[in-house]
Amino acid sequence: MDAKITNSILYLDNVSVSFDGFRALNALSFVVEPGELRAIIGPNGAGKTTMMDIITGKTRPDQGEVYFDGAVDLTRKDEAEIAQLGIGRKFQKPTVFESHTVWDNLELALNRKRGVFSTLFYRLTAEDKARIEEILATVRLTARKDDYAANLSHGQKQWLEIGMLLAQEPKLLLVDEPVAGMTDAETSETALLLKDIAKTRSVVVVEHDMGFIRDLGVKVTCLAEGSVLAEGSIDFVSNDPKVIENYLGR
Amino acid sequence: MITDFLLSRHEKKTLIVAALILAAAILVPLANLLTPVGSILHVPDHLVPLMGKYLCYALLALALDLVWGYCGILSLGHGAFFALGGYAMGMYLMRQIGARGVYANPLLPDFMVFLNWKELPWYWTGFDQFWFAALMVLLVPGLLAFVFGWFAFRSRVTGVYLSIITQAMTYALLLAFFRNEMGFGGNNGLTDFKDILGANIQAPETRAALFASTALMLALALIFASAVVRSKYGKVLIGVRDAESRTRFLGYRVENMKLFIFTVSAMMAGIAGALYVPQVGIINPGEFAPANSIEVVIWTAVGGRGTLIGPIIGAILVNFGKSIFTAAFPEFWLFALGALFIATTLFLPKGIVGTVMQGAKNRAERQKAVAAEKGRAVSPAPATVGTPEPQAAE
Repeated sequence: MDAKITNSILYLDNVSVSFDGFRALNALSFVVEPGELRAIIGPNGAGKTTMMDIITGKTRPDQGEVYFDGAVDLTRKDEAEIAQLGIGRKFQKPTVFESHTVWDNLELALNRKRGVFSTLFYRLTAEDKARIEEILATVRLTARKDDYAANLSHGQKQWLEIGMLLAQEPKLLLVDEPVAGMTDAETSETALLLKDIAKTRSVVVVEHDMGFIRDLGVKVTCLAEGSVLAEGSIDFVSNDPKVIENYLGR
Repeated sequence: MITDFLLSRHEKKTLIVAALILAAAILVPLANLLTPVGSILHVPDHLVPLMGKYLCYALLALALDLVWGYCGILSLGHGAFFALGGYAMGMYLMRQIGARGVYANPLLPDFMVFLNWKELPWYWTGFDQFWFAALMVLLVPGLLAFVFGWFAFRSRVTGVYLSIITQAMTYALLLAFFRNEMGFGGNNGLTDFKDILGANIQAPETRAALFASTALMLALALIFASAVVRSKYGKVLIGVRDAESRTRFLGYRVENMKLFIFTVSAMMAGIAGALYVPQVGIINPGEFAPANSIEVVIWTAVGGRGTLIGPIIGAILVNFGKSIFTAAFPEFWLFALGALFIATTLFLPKGIVGTVMQGAKNRAERQKAVAAEKGRAVSPAPATVGTPEPQAAE
């Protein structure tokens, strides 16, 4: 197999998909290396969310190759399989189980057997308890562990969702607009949290907030009209004339 | 592992309701059989099967609540599983009649003799054995639900579309069971039962035993359902109900989760039907009518979906109301039922039990908040903490 595929955690080559004649992705290619934190920017309709749909198995590409962890062809798998392989996804709108407590949300997300009977007879072990407590501390929700997720603030829901992704123990984390609707203080804390997470796994962040991207200080990919417009450091990308014209504005 | 699973983690109110049902299982038969007629404690003979019928409906509503209240699958065809369980029991009861039928045929039920059939259709074999019929009570509704659910959930049919095809399923069965050539008694269904397990089905003792079995089964089903919904699997079900895609992206196979509970629920509905038939003495295709399945939804909504005791209370209350109302104003019952459903949706969206629980929760939270406020206010002077004070007006 191509060395480029085997050395990558995520490999997209020439991926296209159309919806009713609209080309959401147009020969998109990019590679994320193991342990990398990558930021994706781009105007509305650039195909950022569609790209995540394809990686997580929600949408099948019309053409192109998508490989995970150097060998696994993601275009042949469904959402549950892909999640079990180790790809976690955070939605744009915080999506947590509102009628469960914070604790139960994390317990459900924990990377354990997910069949009907293994969940039916599941018992909380000391190990799982410790792991949940550790995640609660990481996302700073220890004090609210018994509260219903519905009663959390918007920012806390975003953090709970990130905590659920951590509980999944993914190798690759896809994060869609994690700081939308957050205060400045929450935004910079989220940047720290994501950098921390990226120490042990690969993370792809889609975001509009240029200040946040700058805080992250990582390689940036700019998408427009379903393909890669520019790739490089934030300064390189934000000085690219095509990026200025398509996205940042003059 | 199974007993461990059944005996753990029940809420107090679930246990109280289960205990009440068990008490009824003992007290109602005693009050019927042992007290003299005319005593205030006496339960008249005609009320025993009527109350047994209510409990069958309660079991059916509990079954529906497992899929609708906990997993968000609005089945408008649960009456079909109930009726299939009922037919399985009815076939057993028909074979018990033996040569005592009008045509005195030792093998064939009357309607088959009437249709000039010479031999018993293959699918009637085995139904002279109670154990076989009891197995079919579980397997036939379970298998139908499994096959139906396998296709529906794998194709990700959800919401209104799923409700419509469940409705179509029960309607199709209604039409099929109306046909004489199906071999289930056509229009008239199965009736004129004589014996169950060798006991005269009309005898007060048999009726009392049937009532007790129904109550026992309902209490067991309640404990079982409580164990299911309070397990991690139950939490996944609620997750599917509230955020299906999140559950999927966490790596759960949503279709398998739904399929299991749908099948289990159909089997529970089948048991309810099987207990219903000997107590009312007839099963006919009318039980497949779409309106019946919709009524079950109303009982569940009135009692409170997503709570286990809600549907039990709802089914008993609405059917009690129906018995009173249809005796007093027979033409207006459907209007009353419709009005009840609209009123519940508008004023009690969580149903009776859901609203009461919400009220209790709000009160507890308000008290907690008041206590927290007070704690903050008095924290500089910790000596006063803990002394009860009259609550400040809010």
